Amino acid sequence: MSTRIDAELVRHIGKLSRIELTDEEVSAFARQLGDVLEAFGKLQELDTQNVEPMAHAVELANVLADDAPRPSLTTEEALANAPDRVENFFRVPKVIGGGA
Amino acid sequence: MTNTAQTDTIQPVVGLEIHVELATETKMFCRCRNHFGDPPNTNVCPVCLGMPGVLPVMNGRAVEFAMKVGLALNCTVPGYTKWDRKNYYYPDLPKNYQISQYDLPLAQNGFLEIPLSSGETKQIRVLRAHLEEDAGKNTHDIPGCTGVDLNRAGVPLLEIVSEPDMNSVEEVMGYAKSMHRLVRWLGVSEANMQMGHMRFEPNINLHITRGGVTYKTPIVEVKNLNSFRALENAVAFEIQRQYDEWQGNPEGFVLAKLGKQNRGYDDGTCKTVFQREKEEAHDYRYLPDPDLVPVTVSDEWRQRVAGEIGELPLARRARFMADYGLNFKDADALTQDAPTGDLLDQSVAAGAEAKRCVNLLLGRGAAVANERGCAIADIGVTVEQLAELAKMMSAGDVNATAADKIFEKLLAEGGQPRAIAEKQGLLTVKDLGQVEQWVDAAIAANPQAVEEIQSGGKKQKKAFGFLTGQVMQASKGAAPPAEVQKLLQQKLG
Ligand SMILES: [Zn+2]
Repeated sequence: MSTRIDAELVRHIGKLSRIELTDEEVSAFARQLGDVLEAFGKLQELDTQNVEPMAHAVELANVLADDAPRPSLTTEEALANAPDRVENFFRVPKVIGGGA
Repeated sequence: MTNTAQTDTIQPVVGLEIHVELATETKMFCRCRNHFGDPPNTNVCPVCLGMPGVLPVMNGRAVEFAMKVGLALNCTVPGYTKWDRKNYYYPDLPKNYQISQYDLPLAQNGFLEIPLSSGETKQIRVLRAHLEEDAGKNTHDIPGCTGVDLNRAGVPLLEIVSEPDMNSVEEVMGYAKSMHRLVRWLGVSEANMQMGHMRFEPNINLHITRGGVTYKTPIVEVKNLNSFRALENAVAFEIQRQYDEWQGNPEGFVLAKLGKQNRGYDDGTCKTVFQREKEEAHDYRYLPDPDLVPVTVSDEWRQRVAGEIGELPLARRARFMADYGLNFKDADALTQDAPTGDLLDQSVAAGAEAKRCVNLLLGRGAAVANERGCAIADIGVTVEQLAELAKMMSAGDVNATAADKIFEKLLAEGGQPRAIAEKQGLLTVKDLGQVEQWVDAAIAANPQAVEEIQSGGKKQKKAFGFLTGQVMQASKGAAPPAEVQKLLQQKLG
């Protein structure tokens, strides 16, 4: 993987993540993300020519649960960590339009 | 569709994505209840709230439901599928990604056969069907903010994607309604539109041929349609709108220049509306979900699920027409859901004449079902009751009017058809002496009608009907009409 992490890419990721970044943060994240990618780049040196691609690191499949209800949290517990609430809803700034 | 002013040939090209909420007891990846209409944030837990450190576990029944739909749609259900994360940020999606299936869906390359008004059918190809989780619900009616209810977050959702094989509003509606019937038939979804169990996203463009050249208009995807009416209006509106826009700019309003566009739908005006394209909206950065292990489907598993499917609506309709001699309309009405047709099949197996059962079911039965807003099978008649009543009709023990009364009575109060008939005096009187007495009394009491019949004028027919009616009334509907008419003719002819 030879993707270069530059300021433009960090701003793009920031926008996708709906977060605002200062110029200082952009350059700091560019450096940090670059380091992370470089570390993973080490893996590229391995010869995987004859290795099957895999979707999961564990050799398991079909971990299925029965379709039987178990207790949920109470509404108070569910909302306890919310930064803000209104009635029994999570409260967020006004959004208009649909999701994805 | 051909325009009258020009000699343009217009072919609409429509593909449809359908989201179906599955009728499981619990959510896709946690064991919170999957239940519409509960108070906000009561069916939530750390998994569906997207708390750190939790582990999703898939719902086995949801996987089987999805397989069942895939197999009923003639899809391949591959031996290996996996889960992916679709990343986007929206308040109703607590994890900031949706668990979905990207490159290895649970079902692919099938088709659904849909009925056309011509009486023929058409195959609409199904590209894929994959499982994912639903998002929560935003409430906008709180002043100054948006409230988020996460009860729906994590509810299993099946996304079924068709190829762009539909060429008219009629075909789109045929496909949507056939899919609606199919998922209810299979028992995998209630498919209740009011509860948002089924949502549509059509892709629409036109292939317009003018002067030997074919132009393709930009493909428009209309988001989030929640009813058949909205789907029908949106597709019809888009076909007209795209043609109008293209006429104003035949070289510019084309797919090659404008690409794909998203539009919303306004329920008030029944029109599609322009949506500002969210920048980078489609950069979902799919990646395999490391929290979930893959699903492998063995031949045995696939065969077991396939074996549970049984006869599908179109096959049953064709059988009803062939075996029971029903016309298309009646056969179609009896195959809207599985239990109604089962009732007919079982009554016939119990020795009843199909045609009698059909008349009862689609006569009083359909009327009662309509009043109650339920399926015909749910009006409360049993196989035993239906079969017995139909047999009594075939044997001439009750006429059609009496049978209707008995049917109504047993729906209201239960009971055996013969017992009801006896108690209500609805059995046909087979004692011809008694019938003759009623006929003689009617003749004696209505000299004017007798005169009109015997003079042979134009009032003859009406007078004959009147006299027959008088006899039937005197017998409280219990006289056999054919015998009454025969006696009247003998005595007055
Ligand atoms: Zn949960």
